[in-house]
Amino acid sequence: MDMQVAKKKLGLKERYSVMTRGLDWTPSYQKMEDIYPYIAYEGIKIHDWDKWEDPFRLTMDAYWKYQAEKERKLYAIIDAFNQNNGHLNVTDARYINTVKLFISGISPLEYVAHRGFAHAGRAFPGPGPRVACLMQSLDEIRHAQTQVHAISNYNKYYNGMHDFHHMHDRVWFLSVPKSFFDDAITAGPFEFMVSIGFSFEYVLTNLLFVPFVSGAAYNGDMGTMTFGFSAQSDEARHMTLGLEVIKFILEQDPANVPIVQRWIDKWTWRGYRVLTLVAMMMDYMLPKRTMSWKEAWEVYFEENGGALFKDLARYGIKMPKCAEQIALEKDHLSHQAWSTFYNYAAAANFHTWMPDEDEMAWLSAKYPNSFDKHYRPRYEFWREQAAKGNRFYNKTLPMLCQTCQIPMLFTEPGDPTKICYREVDYKGDKYHFCSDHCKEIFEHEPEKYVQAWLPVHQIYQGNCFPEGTDPTVEGFDALGAVLKYYNLEHGRDNLDFDISEDKKNFAEWRGQATKNI
Amino acid sequence: MAVAAISKYDFAPADTQDKFHGAQLLYIGWEDHLLFCAPFCFPFPPTMRFGDVVAGPMKAAFGYHPDFAQIDWTKVEWLKSGKPFAPDFDKSLADNGLRHKDVIRFRTPGLTGIKGSCN
Repeated sequence: MDMQVAKKKLGLKERYSVMTRGLDWTPSYQKMEDIYPYIAYEGIKIHDWDKWEDPFRLTMDAYWKYQAEKERKLYAIIDAFNQNNGHLNVTDARYINTVKLFISGISPLEYVAHRGFAHAGRAFPGPGPRVACLMQSLDEIRHAQTQVHAISNYNKYYNGMHDFHHMHDRVWFLSVPKSFFDDAITAGPFEFMVSIGFSFEYVLTNLLFVPFVSGAAYNGDMGTMTFGFSAQSDEARHMTLGLEVIKFILEQDPANVPIVQRWIDKWTWRGYRVLTLVAMMMDYMLPKRTMSWKEAWEVYFEENGGALFKDLARYGIKMPKCAEQIALEKDHLSHQAWSTFYNYAAAANFHTWMPDEDEMAWLSAKYPNSFDKHYRPRYEFWREQAAKGNRFYNKTLPMLCQTCQIPMLFTEPGDPTKICYREVDYKGDKYHFCSDHCKEIFEHEPEKYVQAWLPVHQIYQGNCFPEGTDPTVEGFDALGAVLKYYNLEHGRDNLDFDISEDKKNFAEWRGQATKNI
Repeated sequence: MAVAAISKYDFAPADTQDKFHGAQLLYIGWEDHLLFCAPFCFPFPPTMRFGDVVAGPMKAAFGYHPDFAQIDWTKVEWLKSGKPFAPDFDKSLADNGLRHKDVIRFRTPGLTGIKGSCN
């Protein structure tokens, strides 16, 4: 008679070991360097992959279980939000422009992060980081999908989000986040892990997600807020992975320290430049503000980041040197960025406006050293002119930084009245930069950055018009052709909020929901 | 090391002059006038007269500003790549020594933007 023997259950630790480390084997007839071709060229030396510690000890089967549970909760709330016309509960229809910025600027990055972590995971010979990268890769595609789903409800009612991924690859300002991530995924696996895993996910993530998620919460956007909470446990895991990566690499070989330091310097700066968009969102685009950009930078970078770099000092890692310049820019960044979108409001996929009196007072209070002196006169002039029917739309294309691809809008560190110009001659051509940091990044790898797809130059080369466009015909409407290429409708997706369909529709729908008309 | 790569890495730069259909790029910034958020990028034929650049495209790009009409062009101070530069308005861009992707700035003494705020 057969006896049913109860299977012995594995303990958590054993289980983790079997399901991660146990997945590895040593090849017998292929060379390691053929299987892992990207592991040596960056100069990072790893002697013992087993030293990798995974603080979460999460196995794939447990991962699926947790994520499925979170997904069910998230979609239940998104459904409720949609069915109850949750979009009409936001503070003010201007808020929805934040959502547009997020879906076209940030969500596509989640997808690229998915690809990047899949690639890095494949490249690492150690099973510990490989499994951790696999999970993060899955998290990232899940974030991209859930963001698209959460925001798709807004797309039914409001303009500018209808073709966000197409725009991400084309629209001038979206080349800033796009080129940031392209730079990271075209680097080697170690640099990718330091750039995205550490610098972005660990050092800067609180400056990206907290503003958007708490901005959503403050402004009545339950859908986006719920997505944020659903992603939070993943983000905690990503931050831990980012920190583990750094510590692991640094402990493996002293020769790794200067390479990692250079990457931290580079990617803190690159990430910070992308956060220009977040700075402007926080100070201008949220009808109900959470905190100012300057306050956020002080809390999340200067205080928290300061403690982190103190902790990393024992590995020989120093605070990135760009922190000094960032501290000088924190009084100016968001104002300079919003001014730029006000200039080029005709070519963006969201609406712009001038802050009203109360908002100006808030800006003066939050930025006592800069707002009234440098930015208020500019806004008051624009507002007066707009009232006279002479709204300023800048129709000439701006000069861009070769590295971060942002228009050259940043001022000299310490002198907010002078644009900062830097340039380099390389192989007979000139290259221009917004800062010493962007210039240094270029100088280290010029062959990479000379290929940059700079939107302004691409427009002048004739590469940003719909197929079959003849730009030589008389009276050629260049802006119109570029907007067609972006798949943006002039007068509907762009220009000022005051004259937008969004504003009109929101008022009408909210009226129907709250009044007996 | 001009790039970190696993093998030979040789790609053409994206913005060489041959790609601009006979034009060259010229960047122009107006000092102390940050109402224009950044310097401009223009494609001009190298044979274009400098004076025509000022009277045409520069007027179109900067003319919105009330200071622009007040400019005394004989007093304007020019910079090219940050160094003093004396353009001849009657000569072409090329004859003024301006090459593809050069950057010039102009300062207008006495004119420092809206209420002197450099805007």
